[in-house]
Amino acid sequence: MSILVDENTRLCTSGITGREGTFHSLRNREYGTQVVAGVTPGKGGQDVEGIPVFNTFRAAVDAEGANTAMIFVPPRFAADSILEAEDAGIELIICITEGIPAQDELRVYNVLKKNGRSRLIGPNCPGILSPGKASVGIIPASFFKQGNVGVVSRSGTLTYQIGNVLAQSGFGNSSIVGIGGDPVPGTDFIDVLGMFQADGETELIVMCGEIGGDAEERAAEFIAENVTKPVVGYIAGFTAPPGKTMGHAGAIVSGSRGTAKAKAEALESKGVRVGRTPTQVAELAASLLAAAA
Amino acid sequence: MDLLEYQGKQLFARHGVPVPNGQPARTVEDAVAAAEAVGYPCAIKAQVQIGGRGKLGGIKIAADRAEAEQHARAILGMDIRGLTVHELWIEAASQIASEYYASVVFDRSAKAPLVMLSTKGGMDIEQVADEDPDAIAHLHVDPLLGFQDFHGRRLAFEAGVDDDVVRPVGAMLAKLYDVFTSEEATLVEVNPLIITPERDVKALDAKVTLDDNALFRHGDNADLRDLSGEDPQERMAKERGLTYVKLDGNVGILANGAGLSMSTLDVVAEAGGTPANFLDAGGGSRADAITSAVEVILSDPKVKAVLFNIFGGITRCDEVAKGLIEAFKQINPTVPFVVRLDGTNGEEGRALLAEAQLPNVYTEPTMDGAAAKVVELAAAAAQESS
Repeated sequence: MSILVDENTRLCTSGITGREGTFHSLRNREYGTQVVAGVTPGKGGQDVEGIPVFNTFRAAVDAEGANTAMIFVPPRFAADSILEAEDAGIELIICITEGIPAQDELRVYNVLKKNGRSRLIGPNCPGILSPGKASVGIIPASFFKQGNVGVVSRSGTLTYQIGNVLAQSGFGNSSIVGIGGDPVPGTDFIDVLGMFQADGETELIVMCGEIGGDAEERAAEFIAENVTKPVVGYIAGFTAPPGKTMGHAGAIVSGSRGTAKAKAEALESKGVRVGRTPTQVAELAASLLAAAA
Repeated sequence: MDLLEYQGKQLFARHGVPVPNGQPARTVEDAVAAAEAVGYPCAIKAQVQIGGRGKLGGIKIAADRAEAEQHARAILGMDIRGLTVHELWIEAASQIASEYYASVVFDRSAKAPLVMLSTKGGMDIEQVADEDPDAIAHLHVDPLLGFQDFHGRRLAFEAGVDDDVVRPVGAMLAKLYDVFTSEEATLVEVNPLIITPERDVKALDAKVTLDDNALFRHGDNADLRDLSGEDPQERMAKERGLTYVKLDGNVGILANGAGLSMSTLDVVAEAGGTPANFLDAGGGSRADAITSAVEVILSDPKVKAVLFNIFGGITRCDEVAKGLIEAFKQINPTVPFVVRLDGTNGEEGRALLAEAQLPNVYTEPTMDGAAAKVVELAAAAAQESS
């Protein structure tokens, strides 16, 4: 098993005819993902290397049975595209786009929550990779192999770094989920932690957080109540000064809130081991898995 | 983007939020003319993005023309906690019967706007929240529904405002919510919100943060950016489209991706060093972006050594290597560089660097090893120059 994306994923890319949309859709297909359609308004009837393009999500769902959407359109069009995919009944929507206005994200989040039929991953995320099964997004799949470590992260490159150290120690991954660096992620740590807890293949969970907000603190509470599998944590931004946005729109210490120290302490107070460096995270994961074996 | 007080008040006025009549000024002459137009007594207020300026002498009341000139001269150019005052706001002095606090904030945890009201205005609201949390009335607004009249009444009654101003205070909150949504702010704060002896409700201060990602829909607001308050290196980076935050250490840092960049800072600190900056070269960085980033990092004179920490996903390590080689051709840096290239095209990147034989450039295979090396080099350089 794995979570969210696998052999049954039927992907439709919004913005497939754009440079990035084309490049990554083809890369995902090369990995083995079923990329069944693309949407670009006004370019319906064309194709991208054999992937049919439709004017609307509804047409892509009707003709190709798309069940997963990847959003690659520029920020000003992204909220509309997510809402269109939701309206067409797509269950899983993965938004790679960075820079979406905060109030658009609020509106999208609350509409999806109210209707309760679609899950949004991102925005501003690298996507999801289930090694050996499917890759949706921009995660460089060649660094990861199939295995029993589930990874959930607010950051892309940091995930690659940690995944790579894990791979060098001989461990693979069930799924790698980038939930994104924006203030209003469609899916939070606790959602993904719950999925990994239920997933038969996952034996250990690595959770990479960063400064800003309280998602890590809420995850700590959730882990104490609901997660029996071992969890190793990492928090980026111990050296971040307050009031400065550190690259990700959501990575900001506001006053005394959202610090890395508070997050690490919240996790440790619930028995989660927190690595101080990516290397330490991999070492902790390796020793916990070895102890369990 | 944080607005200055007067920019916030001008925004308020456009949405019908009552504010004292006033004018901005950048020179003593303009300030006196503004005071004459506004009338006496008037308040001369330093326009800097920092709290507590009143206590530091940044706000004075002028009773006549001579005082207006005297205060304007004193405040313009004044240093308030490291920020120089370049602008003044001159407004009609207000009579105050009560001071309240009102705000609309973007509550990322609840995924909804949060409206707050308190009768304990004029003080630091975080302090009020710590010492007397019941003194602040809270309400989350469903963004799909918007702010309703009953929300305003509920907040006003719960905060315990004077009975005769329940409705006008509620109406004020509705207008502040309107500013928050239609201008796409992430913070709208009024402290103090005053009740005058005539029982009028007015915003005596304005703190507004706009969502940078939404400025494309608000061209007028985009023009309000106050560059004078920004650090010169941060301004230079912004003009070049780089994500850079200035810190006060001596190890310059370039990494790719926000999370890995933050993590690199932390690992350098763990190794005993002090980061000089955060710089996320971004996904898919091309050689020219890397060259440009090196210039920004080295424009900080405190930098004694530089660390490149790249784990290539979309970013290709050979492009990063080319950028660094080009930077050496163009600016001939004198400080040592430590470079760790891993991930996509890592081998090609390392081969390019080896071939170029750049002076004072060390390659390291791991993030931890690279951090230790750069800290050692920075410490040696700092000792030499002291």
